[in-house]
Amino acid sequence: MVELREVSKVYDSGTVGLDRASLEIGRGEFVFLVGPTGCGKSTCIRLLLKELEASAGDILIAGKKLNDIPRQRVPYLRRNIGVVFQDYKLLPNRTVYDNVAYSLEVIGESRQAIRRKVPDILRLVGLSTKLHNFPDELSGGEQQRVSVARAFVNHPPLLLADEPTGNLDPETSIGIMQLIYRINRTGTTVVVATHDSEMVDKMRRRVIELREGRIIRDELSGLYRPDESTTEFAVRLRGEMGVGPEGHPN
Amino acid sequence: MRLGFFLKEALRGLSRNSAPALAALLTVMLTALVLGVFIPIVQATTGTANEVRNRVVVDVYVKNDATAGERKELRSALEDTANVRSVDFISKAEGLAQARKKNPAAFKNGAELLGDNPLPDTYRVTPEDPGKVGLIVDRLAPKEADGLRVPSLAGIDEVRNKEEDTEKILSATGLVKILTAGLAALLIFASIALIANTLRLSIFARRREVEVMKLVGATNWFIRWPFVIEGIFVGFMGGVLAVLLLTIAKETFIDPLADRFALLAAPDTIHFPLLVVVLLLACIAVSAAGSALTLRRFLRV
Ligand SMILES: Nc1ncnc2c1ncn2[C@@H]1O[C@H](COP(=O)(O)OP(=O)(O)OP(=O)(O)O)[C@@H](O)[C@H]1O
Ligand SMILES: [Mg+2]
Repeated sequence: MVELREVSKVYDSGTVGLDRASLEIGRGEFVFLVGPTGCGKSTCIRLLLKELEASAGDILIAGKKLNDIPRQRVPYLRRNIGVVFQDYKLLPNRTVYDNVAYSLEVIGESRQAIRRKVPDILRLVGLSTKLHNFPDELSGGEQQRVSVARAFVNHPPLLLADEPTGNLDPETSIGIMQLIYRINRTGTTVVVATHDSEMVDKMRRRVIELREGRIIRDELSGLYRPDESTTEFAVRLRGEMGVGPEGHPN
Repeated sequence: MRLGFFLKEALRGLSRNSAPALAALLTVMLTALVLGVFIPIVQATTGTANEVRNRVVVDVYVKNDATAGERKELRSALEDTANVRSVDFISKAEGLAQARKKNPAAFKNGAELLGDNPLPDTYRVTPEDPGKVGLIVDRLAPKEADGLRVPSLAGIDEVRNKEEDTEKILSATGLVKILTAGLAALLIFASIALIANTLRLSIFARRREVEVMKLVGATNWFIRWPFVIEGIFVGFMGGVLAVLLLTIAKETFIDPLADRFALLAAPDTIHFPLLVVVLLLACIAVSAAGSALTLRRFLRV
């Protein structure tokens, strides 16, 4: 699904964001991208979104080289990639509903389909009661869930999440991770960049570790169970992270 | 095709960014107002300059003893000369009457001193292009080697075009025309720059939003249309306000004075309805194009 071949990114300032990184991620995989701050996680995500151009090497998504995609075709690439940003990047002048609907308007979805899909996905992320609130009326966790809903509302084959739990408390983090896990279970390939190593260890998924732009580790960690159900997953996570079972509405 | 959505987006943009939108609207209005006042002034000035230039004429004095045949030949020769617009005949008697009217004091007590009417029959030639009046003179009476002009046709006594006056008129009106044209160009450039700058402020405030739209897969035109519609709306409203103010000013101040001041009623100025249409279209075009162009910088994500 995603392939990096000797990809390097050197910023205009001379800083090295990524240094000859190679990796391959299969369809339906759930992968963590970890490492200390400044190691190149966000650079990697932004390269996959063609927000940045690689300085060297090839990036392939679904078999297509990003370098070969002309500028005016980039929007069509992005419609097949859902992205969750660390800073949410919600549109401040729009309600929760309109923020999510925007992703569907962009792809030319019909009005009826939008009216059906948006409340559905917002129910899934537990925000049915906040449809008409503006982003600045929501808590961080709620905004992050809107961002997840927007990324997933048109069921893209690939979901990228950059620090989706960056500044959330453990319980809310588990809620978000559970949501992303649920999305992964529908067949979507998921790449999550995070420096929350505790969470990563508990999740027991494939982990790719970066340091100063280089890949220094790429392995399946712990007892990996690809068929684990969402509920089992959440229960295990809560137990291992010492969060009470009363938990999240989802 | 998604006109409804784009209209809604534009409306949202306007209501959520009403302060910068209002600033842009007022800028458009003010520049349109200035242009609306300035365009007729430029036209009146150049019109007046042109009128003055039209006073440049060449007088061809006919020999007193020229035969009817010679006169006829002369007239058609004059009419065939390049750069000639019209030829008027002024007979001796008419010439005297005009001179008397122009300067009654000189004729008050001595007309009879002159005895016989000393003025010749005259063909007054008006040039097509006053700037090239010299061509006509050179054609009718070429300069000989000794610097004297000698008429080239039988029947011509003398060719006169008050050379000094002509030159003064041409250079003064030429300067006026260049100055007004320069001023007009400057004003239009300043207007566009001012409007573009105000629009930039309004769009700059939303550059993050544009970035996010691009990251969720919106095409450039999908993002641009609402901004263009906003631009059209702002331009239209600013233009309408300016036109309203201009109409009020015209009806209350200019029209009552028009009978008294020739300049205000100068025949060559643009018709008011046409001026209104031109201003409105210019406002809409500048502000819509300005929105689209300013946006370009933020679409490179
Ligand atoms: N726009 C930029 N211009 C120049 N250098 C940059 C830019 N963005 C990132 N960098 C540099 O590239 C390197 C990798 O940055 P990156 O954002 O990928 O790190 P990260 O792993 O996401 O870190 P964090 O965990 O703090 O988000 C850092 O040294 C950073 O300073
Ligand atoms: Mg980062």
